[in-house]
Amino acid sequence: MLGFILSGDYPKSRVLTGILVAIVLGLAFAPFLFPGAAAINTAATICIFIVLVASYDLLLGYTGIVSFAHTMFFGIGGYGVGLALYGMNPTWGAVGIGLALALVIGVVLAFLIGLLSLRVRAIFYAMITLAVASAFLIMATQFSEYTGGEDGRSFRVPEVLRPGYRPFSGPILGLDITGRVLAYYLVFVAAIVLFLTALRVVNSPFGRVLQAIRENDMRAEALGYRVVYYRTVANCLAAAMAVLAGAMSALWVRYTGPDTTLSFAIMLNILLMVVIGGMGTMYGAIVGATLFVVAQNYLQKLMGTAAAATEGIPLLPKLLHPDRWLLLLGVLFILSVYFFPTGIVGRLRSSARKAD
Amino acid sequence: MTDVPAPAPSTEALPHLKSDYWPILLPIILAAAALPLVGNPTTWLTLTVAALAMGMMIFVIASGLTLVFGLMDVLNFGHGAFIAVGAYIAMSVLALLSGWMQVDSLAWNLAALGLAVAVAMVGTGLLGWAFERVIIMPVYGQHLKQILITMGGLIVAEQLIHVIWGGDQKSMPLPAGLRGAIVFGDFALEKFRLLAVAVGLVVFVSMTLVLNRTKIGLLIRAGVENSEMVEALGYRIRRLFVGVFVAGSALAGLGGVLWALYRETLTAAIGGDIMVLVFIVIIIGGLGSVGGCFLGAVLVAMMANYTAFLAPKIALASNILLMVAILMWRPQGLYPVAKR
Repeated sequence: MLGFILSGDYPKSRVLTGILVAIVLGLAFAPFLFPGAAAINTAATICIFIVLVASYDLLLGYTGIVSFAHTMFFGIGGYGVGLALYGMNPTWGAVGIGLALALVIGVVLAFLIGLLSLRVRAIFYAMITLAVASAFLIMATQFSEYTGGEDGRSFRVPEVLRPGYRPFSGPILGLDITGRVLAYYLVFVAAIVLFLTALRVVNSPFGRVLQAIRENDMRAEALGYRVVYYRTVANCLAAAMAVLAGAMSALWVRYTGPDTTLSFAIMLNILLMVVIGGMGTMYGAIVGATLFVVAQNYLQKLMGTAAAATEGIPLLPKLLHPDRWLLLLGVLFILSVYFFPTGIVGRLRSSARKAD
Repeated sequence: MTDVPAPAPSTEALPHLKSDYWPILLPIILAAAALPLVGNPTTWLTLTVAALAMGMMIFVIASGLTLVFGLMDVLNFGHGAFIAVGAYIAMSVLALLSGWMQVDSLAWNLAALGLAVAVAMVGTGLLGWAFERVIIMPVYGQHLKQILITMGGLIVAEQLIHVIWGGDQKSMPLPAGLRGAIVFGDFALEKFRLLAVAVGLVVFVSMTLVLNRTKIGLLIRAGVENSEMVEALGYRIRRLFVGVFVAGSALAGLGGVLWALYRETLTAAIGGDIMVLVFIVIIIGGLGSVGGCFLGAVLVAMMANYTAFLAPKIALASNILLMVAILMWRPQGLYPVAKR
């Protein structure tokens, strides 16, 4: 049963299993365990990024494609649902229409970019996607009469997901169940389903071909697999998943704007999460996203304390300034590319293998 | 009877290099096509000259990157960091020399600017040397890791800029002598643009000459073709390549100074903002070719300036279209580097 759910891809390390179980249980009971709007927001962000990072890992870790256009698809999902809810009544119908449109646009765009540039080398593809993604970002801010420009759009979500909605009269397990909690569980369940789907994909024969292409595309081609076909399909799948992550984000944040969905900073964050968590290991998405989002939210406070403690020492307080948290993660990123290229998850797995 | 032609005599074995002038016509065609769309000839001339100046700045920034890629097969996504660092160093130097900057004498202004540029180029060159030693050396020949690791280097460098110079936007005014314009009738030619064009041309000509007419250029090109052979002849090709990387970084620093002066403001993200155009330029140019990079920079700047005037909303998207169109015509870029 468990083997079916996880597609036979077990964590393969006791420590890793422990970490994953802790994260998943923590996320599953987040509204009950960690009261407060900030904590539940952190948990929802983790869920959204797990999906986004898993979909990116499908490209980077399993197929060996470096794309910088992943936030574009995330943004398409966010804008699709957001603008549909903004323009129409906030109903599930609007969500459905927006999502369907976003999926179609996202997949077609991924297909076109793929056709244009997946025949070329990794370096070419990375640059072309970077250019396309920034053009998309600028278009989204320029056509402000539709997209709200820099300000983005705030919108109302279906009634069931609003904070004012209360399905039960009293609290359950000490928690008032509001529409916000329901929205969290919608995001959580969607994240679980999408993550398991991604796990299914990479452990299917299709996923094995992708890994073969990553290892040696000439040899895969020689074995009779049409590399361009497989890469394009992987690209479209990852794009579709990123669109869904964007839709989840829109429903949770109730806002869509360039900074939260399209910006290059988010692309960098995704890259950091994939590499630190572990390229080519789906579980790396869970570990990486959790570590990163928690660091983003709590490392800053820690660094603020450290900076205050080192007051008077030259340079150190500046290095430990709360806004410099990305510096530490950047260094960690470089170190992981060198010393443990399969990230935290790969490291844990290989040390577990050695212990056996 | 066989119709097989006789093999060419071996004395003529050296193939004649085919001259390829078609891409050179592109900027002229583009400019000519824009004239009726823009309508007013004076406006068109202003736009075209502005595009040339912008193109030269983009070329200076992109030339280092394309050099490093073409010769060493390293794609440095951290190139944007050198742009920003160069600009910040120059800003610090110019702040020290503010007296020289405010004097209404072009000679003093240029001296201050020249000193700032020199310090900036030395600084970014040194940074490039450190970058090559620490970050890139272990990942030669691995494109995927190169992209990732240089991206990481970019993040760290940008954060260090914040640590050293602070996070807020800085202003970087032009020296007094370079402000304003020379006016011919209706047409105003900004002085700074003249300077940018001059610098760009000097960089282009000297790069072409060094690569094609000097022994160092010969060794570099030979090292790209067969580094073991050149090593066996007693030349330290690795050291030469590090020199190429340092030179490329210094050029990025120079470009950064120009770009920051052009915008007159400065943030740590300045490199990232221009990198998109730079990538389009080196893709159009053919990844590694100096001449292609030059043409690409001019084309991209022209396209950006004309569309910014005609249809501002699609300015950057138009460059993507330009790139797609050129790649349809020549999938390897305008002047592909023959080896790859």
